[in-house]
Amino acid sequence: MSRELNLTLQIWRQEGPHDDGHFETYAATGISEDMSFLEMLDIVNEGLIQDGNVPIEFDHDCREGICGTCSLMINGQAHGQEKATTTCQLHMRKFNDGDTIVVEPFRARAFPVVRDLVVDRSAFDRIIEAGGYISVNTGAASDANLTPVPKEASDTSFDAAACIGCGACVAACPNSAAQLFTSAKLAHLNLIPQGQPQRFERTESMVETMESFFGSCTNHGECHEACPKEISLDFIAFMNRDYVKAKVKNRKLAGQT
Amino acid sequence: MAAPATSPPGSTPIFRRKWQLPFPLNIYQSSIGRKWVMALTGIGLLGFVVVHMIGNLHIYEGPVQSHEYAESLRSLGGGLMPRTFLLWVLRLGLAGMFVLHIHSAYSLKERSRKASDKADFIGGEKKYHSKRDYVAANYASRTMRWTGPIILLYLLFHLADLTWGWWLGDNYVLGDPYHNVVASLSNLPVAIIYVVANVALVIHIFHGTWSLFQSLGINNPKYNELRRTLAKLVAGVILVGNLSFPVLVQTGLIDDDNRTCDVGDVTCLEHQAEKH
Ligand code: HEM
Ligand code: SF4
Ligand code: FES
Repeated sequence: MSRELNLTLQIWRQEGPHDDGHFETYAATGISEDMSFLEMLDIVNEGLIQDGNVPIEFDHDCREGICGTCSLMINGQAHGQEKATTTCQLHMRKFNDGDTIVVEPFRARAFPVVRDLVVDRSAFDRIIEAGGYISVNTGAASDANLTPVPKEASDTSFDAAACIGCGACVAACPNSAAQLFTSAKLAHLNLIPQGQPQRFERTESMVETMESFFGSCTNHGECHEACPKEISLDFIAFMNRDYVKAKVKNRKLAGQT
Repeated sequence: MAAPATSPPGSTPIFRRKWQLPFPLNIYQSSIGRKWVMALTGIGLLGFVVVHMIGNLHIYEGPVQSHEYAESLRSLGGGLMPRTFLLWVLRLGLAGMFVLHIHSAYSLKERSRKASDKADFIGGEKKYHSKRDYVAANYASRTMRWTGPIILLYLLFHLADLTWGWWLGDNYVLGDPYHNVVASLSNLPVAIIYVVANVALVIHIFHGTWSLFQSLGINNPKYNELRRTLAKLVAGVILVGNLSFPVLVQTGLIDDDNRTCDVGDVTCLEHQAEKH
């Protein structure tokens, strides 16, 4: 038999972007410890709907930790206190019977609340649009292994590519800086040959788009701790170096490298 | 570019750059560029703090050597330059570094405050309803915006105290730094201010020495661990060195007794210095 939990939830309710918002207290009873945090919220919402109340809005999609849609500050930690875990993968067995859990939206000026716990993270899309791609001719797929990539570079590029764009890094950052996300997206492409032609152009443009939305990094390292994919702070240093390099270079003479 | 009307609200930039200044000033327009400036001036200031501390160790050699040290600072550059010329170049360079360091720190703090919800005014840190228990951020990193201004206030106090001699009055002897230090630090409140300020300085330096490597992109998993070690080392050395002065004066281990030259007799110090 799995354990059952009775919990008190303090949840942020906000009717729309211009509403002031407030905390509301709910009881979550008979919660199985095998549920995920989102399933627990589903149960609470079912109760609300049955009683004719408006359910709590929260973001979710894949529910398997790969899409980055789920968010939530749970007891002051992005995606809850479990390391390297998204909210959809956070299980109720990590909580104790009788716990009070405070649930708030991710906060940053660039992440305005849409409703309740749902925030608009489209600033991230603007950063990606600014250079988070490579330009290639389309057509038939090229041969595999046409471009040799050093094993180490491809490994590290993959580590960076693990970022699911959830925004936990911004939520956890006391400065609301988006350095971890942006540097991961940059390193993902800048480390491998396919990304070289646009490397410095990409760095300048993504960094400057990031800076039009987010705060300034003071190297606390909270982002890395909050990140469900454990993206490394090393990428931030890599970005800082490439950005100033991009500014200093004369690309007319030096090309991209 | 204005966001189209159909864009979600989160697509409207919060900060806009009206124009791009010519190189290299455009680097200072970006936050990352400003962090570079903060790190580079931080290195310069760090160099000053270390050299200043080492120079002050002359106090342990006595009044004559302290006088000699102060004199050699004034005559840096030897006969090649007018007296105190090089010292003034260093002073102005130092002042310039302070200005840039403080301007970049303040402007970036304001930027982060504006980019955050419910941020407090001085620290600029974003607030949540539930208490954040920080995982990685340490005391030093979270208090940079407090320790910085404390250092600035202390710096002004320190100049007024030992460079301009504002409140030592007649007890301030130009050319006898040993005596001035003893006279100033034997006053308990002054010694306490000195200790508090230097603890703040060391906390600032502990985070700063690690942080500057990240800001400048000096990062390699092979030696990343060493960056923390270096920060501890630098902070530790400065802590011990700088705190030794008020502690030893207060305990009476450094005092004006047994001097070969009387307090106020700078000519005697000069003669003694020449002899050695
Ligand atoms: C001799 C004195 C000082 C030394 C040696 C020093 C050193 C440093 C260093 C090495 C950093 C790290 C730079 C980086 O992260 O790249 C730093 C950051 C900082 N300094 Fe100083 N500093 C001094 C004085 C001051 C003063 C007087 C202020 C303010 C009034 C100040 C405010 C700050 C702030 C707020 C930061 C962190 C800001 C950020 O990361 O955005 N510092 N300092
Ligand atoms: S870096 Fe980590 S925390 Fe930030 S968006 Fe990517 S996966 Fe989420
Ligand atoms: S819902 Fe997709 S990562 Fe959580």
